[in-house]
Amino acid sequence: MIKYFKPSIFVLSTIPFLIISYKIIFNKLGPEPVKEITHFTGEWTLIFICLTLAMSPLKKLTNLNFWVRVRRMLGLFVFFYASLHLLTYVGIDYRFSWQPIFDDVVKKKYIFVGFAAWLLLIPLTLTSSQKMMLLLKQNWKKLHRLIYVIAILGSLHFVWLSKTIYFKPLIYFVIITFLLFLRINFKRIFNK
Amino acid sequence: MKKIKYSEITPEKIYKNRRSFVKSLGLGASSLAISSIPFLNNASAKNRDELTSYKDITTYNNYYEFGTSKSDPYRNSQIFKTTPWQISIEGEVEKPLRLSMEEISEMFVSEERIYRLRCVEGWSMVIPWMGFSLSELLSKVNSTNKAKYVEFESIYDPEQMKGQRYPVLNWPYKEGLRLDEAMHPLTTVVTGLYGKKLPNQNGAPLRIFIPWKYGFKSAKAIVKIKFVEKMPTSSWMWASPREYGFYSNVNPNVNHPRWSQATERIIGEGVWAPRVKTLMFNGYGDEVASLYNGMDLKKYF
Repeated sequence: MIKYFKPSIFVLSTIPFLIISYKIIFNKLGPEPVKEITHFTGEWTLIFICLTLAMSPLKKLTNLNFWVRVRRMLGLFVFFYASLHLLTYVGIDYRFSWQPIFDDVVKKKYIFVGFAAWLLLIPLTLTSSQKMMLLLKQNWKKLHRLIYVIAILGSLHFVWLSKTIYFKPLIYFVIITFLLFLRINFKRIFNK
Repeated sequence: MKKIKYSEITPEKIYKNRRSFVKSLGLGASSLAISSIPFLNNASAKNRDELTSYKDITTYNNYYEFGTSKSDPYRNSQIFKTTPWQISIEGEVEKPLRLSMEEISEMFVSEERIYRLRCVEGWSMVIPWMGFSLSELLSKVNSTNKAKYVEFESIYDPEQMKGQRYPVLNWPYKEGLRLDEAMHPLTTVVTGLYGKKLPNQNGAPLRIFIPWKYGFKSAKAIVKIKFVEKMPTSSWMWASPREYGFYSNVNPNVNHPRWSQATERIIGEGVWAPRVKTLMFNGYGDEVASLYNGMDLKKYF
């Protein structure tokens, strides 16, 4: 069973990519296709952030170790979907015209935090391998706590871009806040 | 901006065929390089004045009374009852007037009016509305000399309008125009589109349309038109005064705080179509720019 767990998670994780590829190739994206791809890849990035953050609480809850074994892969899918999201915006929407993109990053706070979150994902991706883990030792753990910052920035990105009070961005915000809340070591705080 | 005559517009069927041909070309070419192909850019530059399909116009809507997603209005408005319907014209007028939809369709002749619609979100359509100038309707009453603005109020009926059960906006939806804007011949009372009755999701039975302003200025399902002395506060101004001003003229030089207004996407284009430049006053500057002589449009956005 355990043997198939990781490969099946991998296959499942590629499904959103297959869906959007199918929609692009067969023109099934609706009246505003570029926005559809942007929203789709953006939302799946957030979903994978939530999944990644859910693994260690699940391990604690169930006392099963295999959750943590897929965590790295889920984290890499965060980077994969975030990069697709960014590429859609930069490449398909703005066709690599850097001036308006630069203006957006500087002037629009939701784009600023979104871009910052993607930049922070790079060191995590580069140090994701077993080798880097051994090499960085204690620092690896510290470095990879950046995912907490990325998660907050990512959910703010969604909240800030919404036009009015929307339900969905708030749901992600609440889920992410909850998952981060689970990490607070209350024992340590109260024993002080 | 030159006016588009109906005869110059490609019929929907031919247009669709042509579009799918262009799309299929685009799909193949896109894998090579996107922006460097001049043919693709030209193709979409031409499309600027082509009619948006009936399907897109009637299934891709911002109409928060029926829900906040673009497909909600089509889905949630089919059972909406538009008969009987009355419109009251009141406020700073000598004698208020109440008209039923039947009376309105007897009194005014609707003609086809093809206008561009530019949404504040950065997309645009070209829509063959059926309608007549609002000035014709407003001239049925005599306004007092206190009247400086006109306020439009949409229907409030949370029983029928799902979206109104949530405080997404300050219901009922309100919009406003300066009196001279309201009296401008381009400001249209809309009763139909594509030669048909106005569908519910597009604001039936009666809405206004102001082609040189962002789409949200054009209130739907109107029940009350009120002449007022002071500048009305529209629902979007209530929601976010920093982002939505009273005038809300289409202006590529004034950015929305959260996104640029310099370019727009044409609805119905394929994935690989580029953005196009947004035109000042949505291309109706020749007709309406004089309304704003001497005004700082960055301040009065």
